[in-house]
Parts: sequence; C-alpha cells; structure tokens
Amino acid sequence: MGAAQFGVYVHIPFCASRCDYCDFATWTDRAHVIDDYVAACITDLRRRQRDLPVATSVFFGGGTPSLLDAAQLTAILDAIPRAPHGEVTVECNPDSVDLDKLQAYRDAGVNRVSFGVQSMRLHVLAALGRTHDPDNVARAVDAARAAGIDRVNVDLIYGTPGETVDDWAATLDAALALGPEHVSAYALTVEPGTPLGKAVAAGTRAAPDDDDQATKYELADDRLTAAGLPWYEISNWARPGEECRHNLLYWQGGDYAAIGCAAHGHTSSPKGASRRFWNVRTPERYVAAMAQGSSTEAGCEALDGREREAERVMLALRTARGIKLPVARADPSRVASCLDDLADLGLVTRNDDRVVLTRRGRLLGNEVAARLLAAIEQPTTAIGTR
Amino acid sequence: MPGLERFRNFSIVAHVDHGKSTLADRILELTGAVDPRDMRAQYLDSMDLERERGITIKAQNVRLHWDDHILHLIDTPGHVDFGYEVSRSLAACEGALLLVDASQGIEAQTLANCYLALEHDLTIVAALNKIDLPAAEPDRVAGEIEHVLGIPASEILQISAKTGEGVPALLDMLVAKIPPPQGDADAPLQALIFDSIYDAYRGVVSSVRVFNGTLTNGARLRYVQAKATHDAEEVGVRHPVPTPVAALGPGEVGYLIAGIKDVGQARVGETVTTAAHPAAELPGYRDPKPMVFCGLYPVDGDEYANLREALERLRLNDSSFTYEPETSGALGFGFRCGFLGLLHMEIVRERLEREYDLSLVATAPNVEYQIQLVDGRVEIVDNPSAMPTPNEIASIEEPYVNVTVLTPSEYIGPIMELCQQRRGEMTRMEYLSEERVELVYVLPLAEIVMDFFDQLKSRTKGYASLDYEPIGYRPSNLSKVDVLLNNVPVDAFSTIVHRDRAYEYGKRMTEKLRELIPRQLFDVPIQAAVGGRIIARETVKAKRKDVIAKCYGGDITRKRKLLERQKEGKKRMKQIGRVEVPQEAFVAALRLDD
Repeated sequence: MGAAQFGVYVHIPFCASRCDYCDFATWTDRAHVIDDYVAACITDLRRRQRDLPVATSVFFGGGTPSLLDAAQLTAILDAIPRAPHGEVTVECNPDSVDLDKLQAYRDAGVNRVSFGVQSMRLHVLAALGRTHDPDNVARAVDAARAAGIDRVNVDLIYGTPGETVDDWAATLDAALALGPEHVSAYALTVEPGTPLGKAVAAGTRAAPDDDDQATKYELADDRLTAAGLPWYEISNWARPGEECRHNLLYWQGGDYAAIGCAAHGHTSSPKGASRRFWNVRTPERYVAAMAQGSSTEAGCEALDGREREAERVMLALRTARGIKLPVARADPSRVASCLDDLADLGLVTRNDDRVVLTRRGRLLGNEVAARLLAAIEQPTTAIGTR
Repeated sequence: MPGLERFRNFSIVAHVDHGKSTLADRILELTGAVDPRDMRAQYLDSMDLERERGITIKAQNVRLHWDDHILHLIDTPGHVDFGYEVSRSLAACEGALLLVDASQGIEAQTLANCYLALEHDLTIVAALNKIDLPAAEPDRVAGEIEHVLGIPASEILQISAKTGEGVPALLDMLVAKIPPPQGDADAPLQALIFDSIYDAYRGVVSSVRVFNGTLTNGARLRYVQAKATHDAEEVGVRHPVPTPVAALGPGEVGYLIAGIKDVGQARVGETVTTAAHPAAELPGYRDPKPMVFCGLYPVDGDEYANLREALERLRLNDSSFTYEPETSGALGFGFRCGFLGLLHMEIVRERLEREYDLSLVATAPNVEYQIQLVDGRVEIVDNPSAMPTPNEIASIEEPYVNVTVLTPSEYIGPIMELCQQRRGEMTRMEYLSEERVELVYVLPLAEIVMDFFDQLKSRTKGYASLDYEPIGYRPSNLSKVDVLLNNVPVDAFSTIVHRDRAYEYGKRMTEKLRELIPRQLFDVPIQAAVGGRIIARETVKAKRKDVIAKCYGGDITRKRKLLERQKEGKKRMKQIGRVEVPQEAFVAALRLDD
C-alpha cells in the first residue's frame, strides 16, 4: 500500500424503496432532486479541487448509487482527481443494474461493485422489507463480470427473526456460488425509528437473538474461510489481496473527503490530532448550500492525540491485523494486564507485537474494546515525562 | 392559675381511618381554637407524611376551652410500632376517648390501646363515629364494645365527626365523666415528657405533663434519665398556636424548650424535675428498643456522606432508631439500622429520601437473634452476614410476639392458614359478636416482618386488623441461607430463615438473580447454600455476542461514543469476584416482594 492514502466518499441518498431495517440517510420520493443533487456534488468537488489530495480510493454509497443514470454517476466520478489504479467502488441494487450501465461504469473507471443481496431466501427478504428477486443477483453478478468489473462484493444480513440456520447456510452457499472476491455479512441490527425498530418496540415483531446471530456468525466464518475468503474485519471476508482498500482506510484511521449529504469526512493534522465532520443530512440542504456557496458541514468533532489513539485502537481491533503494541500514551503494564485477562478469557491472541481478536473475541468486540479503552485511559504519571 | 378541677386531660384511641383526625378538626373548630379561615384538614398532623398516610406519628397536644373547662387533647401515634409512645401519652391523661367506626367495628390495635388505657386507670368514654354513613351498624358495634370492654352499649355515644353531629354532646360527656387531675403544686416538680420533636430554630421542643410541682419558665431543670441539667428557656401551651406562659402547674399539659439539641436527651418517658429540689422519677420509662433491622445504602455510592449526615440529623428528631456503619460487598458503604417496627422502618426510610433527597436501597428486614455458641458464649446478631458458621452454633433463639387479630368471622380460615404457614401457634379464639372474632397467636417476629401484614390484608379484603407485643426469645430451628455468585457469597442476600423455608428462599432468590444479572463473558453459577450445602442453583449463560456489525466512515464517532458509555458503565458496576453486576440489579432483587 502506498504512503499517501486518501479516500473520497460520495453519498447518493436515493432509493426505489426503503428497507425495514435501514436508518441511512436515503429517500424514496426525491427523484425530482436527483439532477440538482448530481450537479451539486460536481460543484462541491470542483470547488475543493485544489485542496483535495489525489484519491487512492473512491466509494459511492447510499442509498442506491446505481439508481442514478450511468452518465450522472460517471460525471461525478470524473470530477474526482484519482491516482492511477485507484479503487472505485459503487454500491448497486441487483434490480437496478444491467450490462449497459455496468459497462459505462467500467469505462469511467469503476473497478469494484458491491451488491446488496442480504439473503437468498425469499421469506427472509420479505421479512427485511426487500423487494429484489434472488435470481436477479446472479444476473447482476454475471453482468458485472461481462462488463469487465473483476472485483465483486456481496452484502449479506444474518439473524433476521424467522431465518433458520439452514436458511442462512443456503444464503451463504448461494452467495459463494456467485464467486465473489469479497463478502460482507452483517448481523441484523434494530435501529430505533426504522419500521423494524418501531415494530420491535411495539412488540409486533421479534427482536433478533444474540445467540442465534452468534451461531450464524460462526457458520459464516466457517464457510467463507473454507471457500478461500478469510476474515479481515469483523464483518468482512475477502480473497487475499481483494480487501476493500477504501474501507481499510476507515479502520486504519486514514483521511477521506465527504461528498454529498450526510457524508462523513476525516482530516488528520500533523501533530496527531484530527477532525471528524459530517455534512447536512438532506439532499435539498446540500443543494442549497452549494447554490449559496456556504459550507455543507452540519457538525464536527475535534479529537486530541489521546482520543485519536483510543479511536485508532478501537478501529484497528476490528481488523485481522489487530493492534500494534505498545499502545502510545498508555501505561504498558495496565495494558498488558488487561490483555492477559482478555487472553485468559479466549478473546484475544498475541503474535509478537500485535494483538488480534479470536473468533469469540470478534463476537464480543465491544466488550474487548471497552475493557481495552478503560485500561488505556487510566492516567499514568509517565505521560508527558517520557 | 385555674383550679385543678377545671382541667380534663384525654387522648383519642382509634384505628387508622376511623376518623380521629377529622374529629380533632371538629373539636378545634367547635371550641374556637382554630379560626375557620385557618382550618385545614388533619390540622394536628404536622408532617406531610402523616397527612398522606393518614396516620399520626408524633404525639401532638392542644389546649381547648369548653364550657368553662380547660381540655387537653393529646393526639397519640396510631401504629403498633409506637406502642410505648402511646403508653406514655396515655400516662399523661386521666381519660381516653375510644373512637370506633360504626360500620367497621373495633380493631385489634384499638382494643390493645384501650386495655393499655384501662391499665393506667383511665376513664374511657366511647363513641361510634361515621353514623351518617349508610353502612353504619351502631347497635352491632356497640354490642361488640360492650362485650369486649364491658362499656354498657347505652353509654356509647353516636357521632359524625364529618358533619359535627353529636360532637358537642361528646365534649360535655368528656367533661362530665373524666376526673380532673390531682397533684400538689407545692411538691417538688415531676413532669413527664411524652413526645419530643426537633425544631431547627428552637432545638428540642418537648410535650410535657406536670404531675406535681410547678414547671416555671427560667427554672434550672434536671432530666432524670439523661442525667443532665438544662434551663427552661420557654414554657408554654398550644392553643394550638404555641403561647408562652410563666409556668405550668399540676395537671397541666404544655410544651417545654430547654436548649437541647438532640431528642435523645429528652426521650419519651423522661421525668423532668428541678435541679434544686429533685423529685423521684415517674414510673414506666423504657429505653427504645429496636426490633427490626435492615441495611440502608445509597443507590449512588457517592451519596454515602450525605446519608450519614441525614441519619445524624434525623436522629435529632427520632431517638428510637439506631444506625451504625456497615460495608457490603454488593452494595458498598451503608448503615445497619434498627427500628421499632416495619412501619417505623418505612417512615425513616421515606423521610430520608424525601427530606434529604436521597435514593436508598434497603436490604430485607430481619430481627435480632440470640445465638448460643458451642463454646458457651452468646452472640447477638442483627445482620445475617454476621452469623457464625453452623458448626460454631449450639442453638439459636429468635424473638416471638403475641399477635391479636380481629376479623369478620368469614375470614377465620384464611387467617389460620396464614398463621400456620408462618409457624404460628393459636392460643385463643373468641367471638366478640356473631360476625367478629378475636384470634390470638404466638408467632416469630421474623414472620411478621416479612410481609405478614400485607398477606393478612389481602386474605381478608382489608377487614382484619392486627396488633402484636413482644413476649421474649424462644429457640428455633433456623438456618442462614447464603447466595453465591460465581462461588462468591453476596452478603446483601444472606438471610436467616426457618430450616423448612430455606429451599423456598434459595430458589426464589437464585431465579430472581438469574433474570437480573447481565450475561458475562463466562457462565455464572448462582447458588443458594446452607452451610456448605448447595440447595438451589441457576446459571447465567455466557454472553456470546455484543459487537456492532458495522463500523464505516460515518459510524466511527457514534461507535466511539457507544464504547465510551459502555466503558463508563463498567465503572459503575459492582465487582463480585469476577462478575460485574450493575447496582440496579441488586436494588431490583431486593425490591421484588413476590
């Protein structure tokens, strides 16, 4: 990996329909805003052009980026200064792509697509409020291959109430049969305010069960690893070398630009501090900000060196590379004693100077991170004197 | 000073809800003591808690004028926990007004207090209240009173405190029947303190009854029990507005302020005399003796110092509860407190929470055990976790009480069943009338302390009433049940129960805790044990998953905050061995009564 990694995240906040579990910034009734929105993204990029480092990765997320006309999407992509051989990913709904669109993507430089598949079982899809036909997934993947896009990810969701372990095994097998280079598998999470969240709160739908999800995680890890896709982040598996570089940037604490409404960005400063910021939430306000020439930022957070170090640990812990010892600005004996406890509990392993979650540790990643952060946070007299 | 023959001193003896406070209000109005514009309901109940609960906790007294006579009405505490306080109030009187609800009939505690009044040779004037209600059965109830107390039904007045009907006649009757006090104004001073309250500005204000001699403003006084000397800063009477007077003579009732900062120095039952001419002590003084104990802990450990201060200040007001620091592995720093009874415990706890803005956890109440050790020593244990190990114990004795229950006869069955479940032995059963029965049982106090009163009320639709008095210690087949979390005993849940009920307690507590204790990184056994023997077991299965599935560019800030919260939450967890338990789980386990 090169020294100067930089990512650009472009948010496309439009969907044909909304899934029951989704709490992303996306709208199903704003088709009339799309043209202005695309233009606003391009304006934003042009205005920043002088400040933007050359992107080593670009990620179109949503919403449903593939809902845009190919020309709209590629026009945004063209406005992004990119390094040669950079990674360009577009999230796609299997229902809203065809060979023409994918070829246009390819011609514009898209070299990775991520399909929102979620499940290959109809009753599970229905329970998630998804509309696509599992048969479309195979057609979409074939089209991507035919278009010459050689890196394909499929997104899966496990642990939907009503999904049996056999359903999940069938989904995994069908997904692997597509020959993806990369699989993301997420435990269904109930977010408040979503249709699913409201139904669970009202007691009309069951909440996902942690033990069921743990069993399914282990099943996924077994099958994906056996198929040659080892884990490299808690919810991500890939053929070696096919890891998503853009997402790795997030987990390595890298910098990235935020284009579009509700997009988040991160800029580090030379002295170890950094700043996280996010744009206005709705597409209309983003368009308006561009029209008025005002800032698109809705909020930000400044991290000092200590906070950034804690964040670095939290993020790196999610990856198969793990965290590197010693942890800066922490009392090594406290960290060591915490890690010994975690190792005794079978949650982490230590290889030389790195600490990596075990599979059980991955499932209990929050507990491990909270303990580790508590150990790191303890003030020590050594700080500032070394 | 008016002649003794014009004074009448009396208490009202009545059950909760039988209308004592309403009658007091009517009397205050009729005698012109309170201007109708200033009248408020339950005038004499000064604490918010008293008004809300409809019970009198503190004895109040008021001086009234009726038809050329001076009446002292002494309002007595209305609960079994305060039996001693009631006895001192009665000792200050020559008569008692027995007030009974004409539809409910006489209740157990009223009867007990009436017997107490008779023991003090008080003249009883009986009245049936609430005769304006359709459900009133004055003839039946009058017959009951005649049967149990020998007061002729024909002499029992019928009144309505609500409408005022019959109240003037009642006042006339009190004047006619209750004898005036006797005493020698020239003898050395003998005054009885029958209540003391703490006033933030004046210090202790005591209610007193002078028996002999004269209590003069400015006099140098001797407090016999406290063995202390104080100057009378103010002597007065309540009209009910406190009004200073130069002196109180024999037979008079009033208040005394003597610059005392702690009610423990002016206890109920204390005799006040003069330093110059000390008189003999009046009979009947008793040190307050706590019967029921529990641990009180702040929910937030940082509130410990505030709790200690609140206890210190509350004790200025109430010398009958005790407290000493104790430490619990589960609940942190707190106090082991002793109370006169369950209601007293509730009142103290509620006052601490309300008047001092504290949030408290109380451990299950228990009694005081006398433990005969094999080496011949005797230990007094008021805290289950201080119990010696079984092999050190030769025998255990626990306090027993004589319980009187008055009930409509249809509930005899359920009450007998309840008493038998609670190791009760019936000593007497007597029909007061065709419909009402008196049942007398001997029961361990520990059984009453559990939830006996609630059970009694629910099994009798609230109709049965209860009174009890201690009758000393008796040997019992008791065992200590420990609750272990991951093999570590949790002191807050240790209890002492009869051997036959150990399993039931152990099973209930382990099941409760299984629901309340969050899953840990390993299986956590929850066990109940007697001695070294496990009698019940549950397991909290290890947590398998807690990780957030997604953590991308837009999730990082939120995720970090979530972990911060989780980390902060860990700091508030109590560590029992390797098990992390939120304080709320302990609180919930102790609060559930079912």
